[in-house]
Amino acid sequence: MINPDSVGRTFKGVEEVTVTQPQIDAFAAVIGETDTSVAPPTFSIRISLSQYESILTQPEIGVDWTRLVHGDQKFEIFRPIVAGDVFTCSATIETLRIAAGNEIISVRSDLYNGSELVVTSWSTLVVRG
Amino acid sequence: MIEVGMTLPEKVFYIDRALLKAYADASGDQNPIHQNEEFALSVGLPNVISHGMLTMALAGKYVTEWAGGSASVREFSARFIKPVIVPAGEKVDLTVIATVTEVDGNTVKLDITATSAGIKVLGMAKAVVVK
Repeated sequence: MINPDSVGRTFKGVEEVTVTQPQIDAFAAVIGETDTSVAPPTFSIRISLSQYESILTQPEIGVDWTRLVHGDQKFEIFRPIVAGDVFTCSATIETLRIAAGNEIISVRSDLYNGSELVVTSWSTLVVRG
Repeated sequence: MIEVGMTLPEKVFYIDRALLKAYADASGDQNPIHQNEEFALSVGLPNVISHGMLTMALAGKYVTEWAGGSASVREFSARFIKPVIVPAGEKVDLTVIATVTEVDGNTVKLDITATSAGIKVLGMAKAVVVK
């Protein structure tokens, strides 16, 4: 059960994440994109999801990652991600509701390269009861 | 000329187990429901299912191909309403089509429809692109 006190709070990412060209190349290859000068629009999920996992599974928050389903996803992209970007990623738990025994968490991720906000994304994560 | 109500050409992507493995490696999402049939069945799924985010990434490719590349997307959202089921040894379709819902200068809003085996898999899928 997620700690209700965590709702409305912003948690800092556990580490800086450097984007490499091979990461962009691999992601682009899966979807058949040949221009790898910038990352595909959904590339940042690679960073956000792993940061969410590290942050939200901490005992003080208590999300059970093994029962997680991804409900929806939204990206707001201020500029495309490129190799060499070094991101800090925060997770803000915006809302929590319980429906049919499932915990439904809406969490926002802000990816900053230095002081520049590059991508904000929102994920609805469903922890099945 | 891009006008509201215009429908973009349909595109069909194919998803198989090899693509799921490639996406798992590229995205870091190694959840076994996307690779291991025995595990998927054990948690009540009908078979191995695609990552919702792979479906969305392919829909994104559809959009960027039309709009002029990966840098063109400003907003992109989708709801994962039904799983894309990927049986062993099969290639399943992901069929994507979109309609223009708003045009403001070079900014275009799109409603995207994505189906697999005739079933709608993304809900409320929308993109804002600069074309």
